Amino acid sequence: MGRTLAEKVWDEHVVRSAEGEPDLLYIDLHLVHEVTSPQAFDGLRLSGRRVRRPDLTLATEDHNVPTVDLDKPIADPVSRTQVETLRRNCAEFGVRVHSLGDVEQGIVHVVGPQLGLTQPGATVVCGDSHTSTHGAFGALAFGIGTSEVEHVLATQTLPQARPKTMAVTVDGELPPGVTAKDLVLTLIATVGTGGGQGHIVEYRGEAIRSLSMESRMTICNMSIEWGAKAGLIAPDQTTFDYLRGRPHAPQGADWDTAVELWRSLVTDDDAVFDKEVVLDASAMTPFVTWGTNPGQGAPLGAQVPSPEDFEDGGDRVAAEKALTYMGLEAGTPIRDIAIDTVFVGSCTNGRIEDLRAAAEIIKGRKVAESTRMLVVPGSVRVRLQAQEEGLDVIFKEAGAEWRGAGCSMCLGMNPDQLTPGERSASTSNRNFEGRQGKGGRTHLVSPLVAAATAVAGHLTSPADLPTRDDRS
Amino acid sequence: MLEKFTVHAGRALPLRRSNVDTDQIIPAEYLKRVTRTGFEDGLFAAWRKDPEFVLNQPQYDGATVLVAGPDFGTGSSREHAVWALMDHGFRVVLSARFGDIFRGNSGKAGLLAAQVEPDVVETLWELIETAPETEIVIDLERREVRAADLRAPFQIDDYTRWRLLEGLDDIGITLGHEAEIASFEAARPAWRPTTA
Repeated sequence: MGRTLAEKVWDEHVVRSAEGEPDLLYIDLHLVHEVTSPQAFDGLRLSGRRVRRPDLTLATEDHNVPTVDLDKPIADPVSRTQVETLRRNCAEFGVRVHSLGDVEQGIVHVVGPQLGLTQPGATVVCGDSHTSTHGAFGALAFGIGTSEVEHVLATQTLPQARPKTMAVTVDGELPPGVTAKDLVLTLIATVGTGGGQGHIVEYRGEAIRSLSMESRMTICNMSIEWGAKAGLIAPDQTTFDYLRGRPHAPQGADWDTAVELWRSLVTDDDAVFDKEVVLDASAMTPFVTWGTNPGQGAPLGAQVPSPEDFEDGGDRVAAEKALTYMGLEAGTPIRDIAIDTVFVGSCTNGRIEDLRAAAEIIKGRKVAESTRMLVVPGSVRVRLQAQEEGLDVIFKEAGAEWRGAGCSMCLGMNPDQLTPGERSASTSNRNFEGRQGKGGRTHLVSPLVAAATAVAGHLTSPADLPTRDDRS
Repeated sequence: MLEKFTVHAGRALPLRRSNVDTDQIIPAEYLKRVTRTGFEDGLFAAWRKDPEFVLNQPQYDGATVLVAGPDFGTGSSREHAVWALMDHGFRVVLSARFGDIFRGNSGKAGLLAAQVEPDVVETLWELIETAPETEIVIDLERREVRAADLRAPFQIDDYTRWRLLEGLDDIGITLGHEAEIASFEAARPAWRPTTA
């Protein structure tokens, strides 16, 4: 019987396999950031261990870093200590780190791909659940906890029980104005936040194949939001074109060798998935969340649901609690929900294509007076590229704030936070209670919906905006 | 070395919520510490501000078993969620379904994440809401939960169970396979990227 893509990558990395034990997997790339690593480095020190492969390890500062006053020391002393701890640990253990002020600094999941370090068929881990992003390249990539970070630092391996496999097949073509973000939010609302639990998912089908690399990253990024262990997409010409010429991509004859191998990274025709979900892209529309988990979403054109709409008792209670927290009434048209803050950024939607998409909508328009808009590039490189294209000017002229690179308001570990009761339309990945600041209320949206919403002051899509020519 | 886990007996706390993500278990602002202990103050920090929240109810003081709704520990990979539960005194979490990363982290840090059928959670909730002093026994050797008349199996993978029973540190186990790691490394293609 044939093997799935995930099984091929898995098998290729088994260092040791024994009855009754998890497989011991080799890790090709270990990404590190300041929040989930200090206790791991401490553990190494306590047991007198070294980092086995600093040359397969890369650290960046992202979760805590400010996005304004970049030339000044980090104001919050606790954040500063955590960032300085990372720098000290990296110096002591010989790990390359991209610190604030460095041109390669940025969100760890934006930095890995743009450096060409994320490659097809590789195993990638990081102490961050959105490591699934790297699966867009056909890599097996998943988030780990701090104990596992220490394990990988010490051994470059990880014991892992072999998960089941699942296919998410998305047929058809996405309609204009409907993005990868809408696709993945639709998927999560369909299967629920636990739908992928225990599975490695392969996204396939016509709609996936026609996505750009950056859109594929958006899809894979949110695999964890429906519980999947990892999500991946078979590498193809789109993948190779993205990688070619990047700083760490193979060169010369190595490139040809690599591409030949990468072309074999597809699911065999006779391979069997443990589970399959099929969706039709052509029926999709802009999609947003109304609740407090990423599965609580609906089409932008729908109304806020009523708890009674849910058959399952648990879902009903969850919807009730969510509506209370979100301050929403059942039956309200989603388009009528007024938004205080629009956040464009994060490892989900903080890459150059996302900024271009938002800028295209905002160009020649103004951010509504009642609304503020933060644009936070995923990395310094993305920020520089955007500036080269004049996107920063477009955003600033519209009244948006153009910020430095980092995780920022996605999780509010730096000063970019919502205040209690404040409502956001956010291109990030989680609408959990308090995620973007204590008492803050988050609606997850695509970059297109985010930009249109900033203009209108309430949830809306670009198609709803008056055309620029009509504006007096 | 972890503390060995064989049988645990203690009182339980009912958390009637599904989809308890790790942001709820410990919000991001509590993740800035660089130490390995002291995270109990962040445990359910937002919900704890409500005096009615179950963790604030005196009849559940000293509970060591958390009985939660399905999809417990979803979201962020922060192991701090496990540390916060343990620093507060919890040794076991029972749920019908766990987030994968949370469950993995629990096994590493010594918290028992035991998966039970949804009706077992319901029965336990009713039991401990009626009689909070009820002792719940979690028997890792037999993979069994016992409380009053209830006797129900729970699921945990063989390897995690074995490690918890023995109190083993798995970095030590893996370093015992050093020769296999070295030989795997020697066979890796040279074109694979390095960060050097």
